[in-house]
Amino acid sequence: MASVKLAQLRRTFGTVKAVDNVNLDIADGEFIALLGPSGCGKTTTLRMVAGLEAVEGGQIHIGNRNVSTLPARERDVAMVFQDYALYPHMTIAENVGYPLKVRGVPPADLQRQVQLVADRLQIGGLLERRPAQLSGGQQQRVSLARAVVHKAQVTLYDEPLSNLDTKLRLEARAFLKHLQREVGVTSIYVTHDQAEAMALADRIVVMNAGKVMQADSPMAIYRRPANTFVASFIGSPPMNLLPCKVDQAARILRFSDGQSIQWSQSVPAQASDEVTLGIRPEHLHWHAEPAEERLGAEHFVTQALGGESVIVLRLGEHTLAIRQFTDDVPVLPSRVWLSFDPNRVYFYGADGMLLS
Amino acid sequence: MKRFAPGRWLVNGLSVILALFFVTPLMWFIFAPFDPTPNLSVQLPETFSLDNFQTVISNATAMRALLQNSVFISGSVMVLTAALAALAAYGLSRGNIPGRDILTTVLLLFSSVVTGTASMVPIFVLIYNLGLFNTYQGAILTLVGGALPTSIFIMRDFIDGIPKSYEEAAMVSGAGSLRIFRDIALPTLRPGVLVVAILAFVGAWGSFLIPLILIRNADMRPASVAFYQFYGDEGNPNIRAVAAYALLYTLPVLLLYLLVNARYGFRFFGGIKQ
Repeated sequence: MASVKLAQLRRTFGTVKAVDNVNLDIADGEFIALLGPSGCGKTTTLRMVAGLEAVEGGQIHIGNRNVSTLPARERDVAMVFQDYALYPHMTIAENVGYPLKVRGVPPADLQRQVQLVADRLQIGGLLERRPAQLSGGQQQRVSLARAVVHKAQVTLYDEPLSNLDTKLRLEARAFLKHLQREVGVTSIYVTHDQAEAMALADRIVVMNAGKVMQADSPMAIYRRPANTFVASFIGSPPMNLLPCKVDQAARILRFSDGQSIQWSQSVPAQASDEVTLGIRPEHLHWHAEPAEERLGAEHFVTQALGGESVIVLRLGEHTLAIRQFTDDVPVLPSRVWLSFDPNRVYFYGADGMLLS
Repeated sequence: MKRFAPGRWLVNGLSVILALFFVTPLMWFIFAPFDPTPNLSVQLPETFSLDNFQTVISNATAMRALLQNSVFISGSVMVLTAALAALAAYGLSRGNIPGRDILTTVLLLFSSVVTGTASMVPIFVLIYNLGLFNTYQGAILTLVGGALPTSIFIMRDFIDGIPKSYEEAAMVSGAGSLRIFRDIALPTLRPGVLVVAILAFVGAWGSFLIPLILIRNADMRPASVAFYQFYGDEGNPNIRAVAAYALLYTLPVLLLYLLVNARYGFRFFGGIKQ
């Protein structure tokens, strides 16, 4: 086990900056999720840590070793692949034991360790089979077992659950979290599934276009997105973002459809002409009657999702969502007035960064 | 209740005709060697006899051609082609070579040229000037050259289908290049190598023109050329001997196929498709 430090990490493919000056300190035993849309550089970052992709600029430290130019085999990392990468010609036992075999662990000891890890991952009865004879969920556990048995300083996960169907994925997620608690190894986990990142990680690193957009605890990222990208990426539905103008003196917010409302709450001092107001769908409420501090909107559609309903509204050319936690489907008039939870409203500047 | 379907009858009828067209020569091929009085039509022998084989087996030149020359030439072509194709295809598939797709396609185009009839004169001149005329090496190299493009193409397609993550997983596990090649690459490549090897062997075994032109010495010629032993001076074939020799000639290929199939099986390890 060891800490990991990425310093000014860079990598370009042709003219595309896949990884653009990424800095990250990962504590010993910390579970980090790299989260972002396709092509944001999260997988390239992971593969650079693994040594499967050359480091073009910057450095990678594992513990106190600079591994930037070391080949993969000398980095002492374990990796779980999206397609599991189980060797088809080997049995499950041989697959799991391969990292030990390479290190020259004596057969008896190897067998004991493989059995131990396999039992823990509930694949102890499958050791004589071959990968093709296993279900997707079982194969996934075998690939986890191979990483656990390795006892590497860092474990890397490259979207390990994305090939499973929804039900299995939820099971595997719980399983992985439990395993992580037990093993406690430093982990970097790449995913495009925010729920997975929220559920598993101690800290989430949101990436976009090769850059780190925000790195913080899951709840902090959810509560206080550092910029409009994170705000519009995290949450389902994501944070509502509404462009508006702030009249600091009169304490009035003017919206693009011509409405303006009284705003008694505090507004960041830098907030001036062009700002974006951000509020989570669960902190937005609808009312049938207007008021000075309420914003008028048209009801568009209501989606009942079981324990909650998502109400979609139109405000000029903008779409807003309200999350209402009820198993009664709310019935709305065609025009409603919206109120905001105080202290849950954020303002973003013209550059998209959070104003505070 | 089945409905009468004229279309279906037509298809079945045509299939039978087509099948007969292919089966008839095979029948001759199976019956004639055992017939003391064969001719060029298919007929059940009146008496089964092994005399034809005796004639062939007592011909030392023909037997050496079959059991030594052909086996040596085809075996060498097989080993060389499989080894070179695997290495080249591995590079073309995994390496960072600019324009590798075009390269592969151009290679395939060459395959029909290298050992084609049209290029026999330049090949003869080349081999002659290299001092390889009338040697096994000359014939073997030419045959390998002819087999390589298609083999590389097949191998590359096969290697492209093997997930890169196998090798990457092994690298991360701590294995060096040689170890990865031995533990991971070779076993996963084996089915592809076997296919290419068998194709190369069969191709070399059946090749006629190249050994005929490049090997002058009658004692060095392979079985495909040695068939001429059983033709008279006027070009009349000794049908009894030709029939028996033809059957013997196919046995090694058949044996090789059965052996490989029994030992390894021609199955491909699939990746994970979900």
